[in-house]
Amino acid sequence: MSVDYIAEAGRKAKGKRPYFFDDRQTEQLLNITMAIAGELAVTRERLDTIERLLEKSGTLTRESIENYVPDSKAAEDERQLWQQEFIARILRIVQQEREAITENQAGQPSMDEVVDSLSS
Amino acid sequence: MSGNRSLPPVWNKVGRHDVFPEARHDEIARFNFLTNMNMHLSSVVIPGVREAYEQRAEPEFRKQKGRSPESRQEVRELMSRDSYYQWWSALRRSTMEMRQQAGRSMVLRQIDSINEKAAKLNDSAETLKLDSSVKVPTYASAVDIHCMPGCYHTALSDGDVSAGANYDCGLFVTTAGLLGTYTDGGGKAIAEWLQKDQPNFKPRRILDIGCTVGHNVLPIAQAFPDAEVIAIDTGEPVLRYGHARAKSLGVNNVTFMQANAENLAQFEDGSFDLITTSMFLHETSFKSMPRILAEISRLLSPGGLSLHLEQPQYTGRPVFEQFMRDWDTFNNNEPFWGTMHDQDLTAMIDATGLPAAEQFQAGIAASVDETIFPKVDTQSKTEDFGRAPVWNVFGAWKPVKEECVA
Repeated sequence: MSVDYIAEAGRKAKGKRPYFFDDRQTEQLLNITMAIAGELAVTRERLDTIERLLEKSGTLTRESIENYVPDSKAAEDERQLWQQEFIARILRIVQQEREAITENQAGQPSMDEVVDSLSS
Repeated sequence: MSGNRSLPPVWNKVGRHDVFPEARHDEIARFNFLTNMNMHLSSVVIPGVREAYEQRAEPEFRKQKGRSPESRQEVRELMSRDSYYQWWSALRRSTMEMRQQAGRSMVLRQIDSINEKAAKLNDSAETLKLDSSVKVPTYASAVDIHCMPGCYHTALSDGDVSAGANYDCGLFVTTAGLLGTYTDGGGKAIAEWLQKDQPNFKPRRILDIGCTVGHNVLPIAQAFPDAEVIAIDTGEPVLRYGHARAKSLGVNNVTFMQANAENLAQFEDGSFDLITTSMFLHETSFKSMPRILAEISRLLSPGGLSLHLEQPQYTGRPVFEQFMRDWDTFNNNEPFWGTMHDQDLTAMIDATGLPAAEQFQAGIAASVDETIFPKVDTQSKTEDFGRAPVWNVFGAWKPVKEECVA
């Protein structure tokens, strides 16, 4: 793969990010919470898929899930990569706040200034 | 059973083609979550913003100043302190950022394969004309438009089409599928409107400006299969992607060309019968838009038609509605959105030599397959301001005789 897709996927869009809450960190916490909510919805849909497939074929038991151990290095790596992507996804807002520091340092104008410059 | 709730189509219904990213289970589920978030925001959360304005913010303003807010700027200043407005805005921004991350992670994990497929479809095609001397205009580089990291023009490697693939796969999420499987409801609406309202108009040469991935120009090209269609954009990644997408969908009469619409000296005066833009002009600037309109006027053949599709203008709308429609200007990296929607479009086009008497304006709704998609209630009170699949279409006929212009 030519790019680190997890890092690239979460890049900040150029331009000052508006914050709406009085406290910036509270809003960042909202972003983290919503990302978790999203991933929970994804997991719930995946579980629903598994349940429906199991219902059809009946090849899997609850116990085999409880006792499951990854059976290869590849399986271990896949699961660890999933954990990394999960964390990158829900903590994107913190990583983008870090990018914003550099962007601001480089002189990115405020959204109001950009609006003015493209509107006159 | 859904009771009486309106449900958005699952993302599985999205239209695919050979360069469309392959989606895995969780990626589809993520898009389903985000589509439902968008729908929840527009149907459940947004109506509360008006309630907060009418029931507490506006009365308080009136008590203090003895009058109601008179401009959308005053409403914005007032509402920016309202906690409910803050909740809606924070959730909307958050959802849009998640959509970008979701699309990009799906596209970028398989980008080598997508780029390879695009390269194969684009290989030595005469219908893809790239020109690296075309610079990214300031209006596209000042900020990343609608919060797409890298905007339309960033290539992560040689021949990269990821900007196009990410844009293509997420439009269905942002619009909850209301623009159709291929998100071409705008282009289809233009094509159907032309065929119905102007049955004798048979353009032989068509120019589409700001085509991005070509989703709206393809229905127009299909409606006029004998026409030569040229679709231009400044963004190389979206052109590469758009061309491969068109080839894969079997539309072969469109040439995708890298060009800046402010100066199209490569085309002769009067060389196009129909010139279209779809949701493009609001992404330009106050300086660029008149230049683009002037080029359009120059390029139209006598009897030719210019046709632009945008969200409705602000003029004459209540200040609260203007304020809601203006959210994207400041909060979704669409800096020219508000100014564009304030312009006297008739005067602007008139200034290019296409007099008001030759101009037209109409409201049209997206044309989609209603067996898959819920019918759009254009009177709905829960409209998602600025995102509704109902547009303002405007433009002008070029007078047939030169003396008519004078």
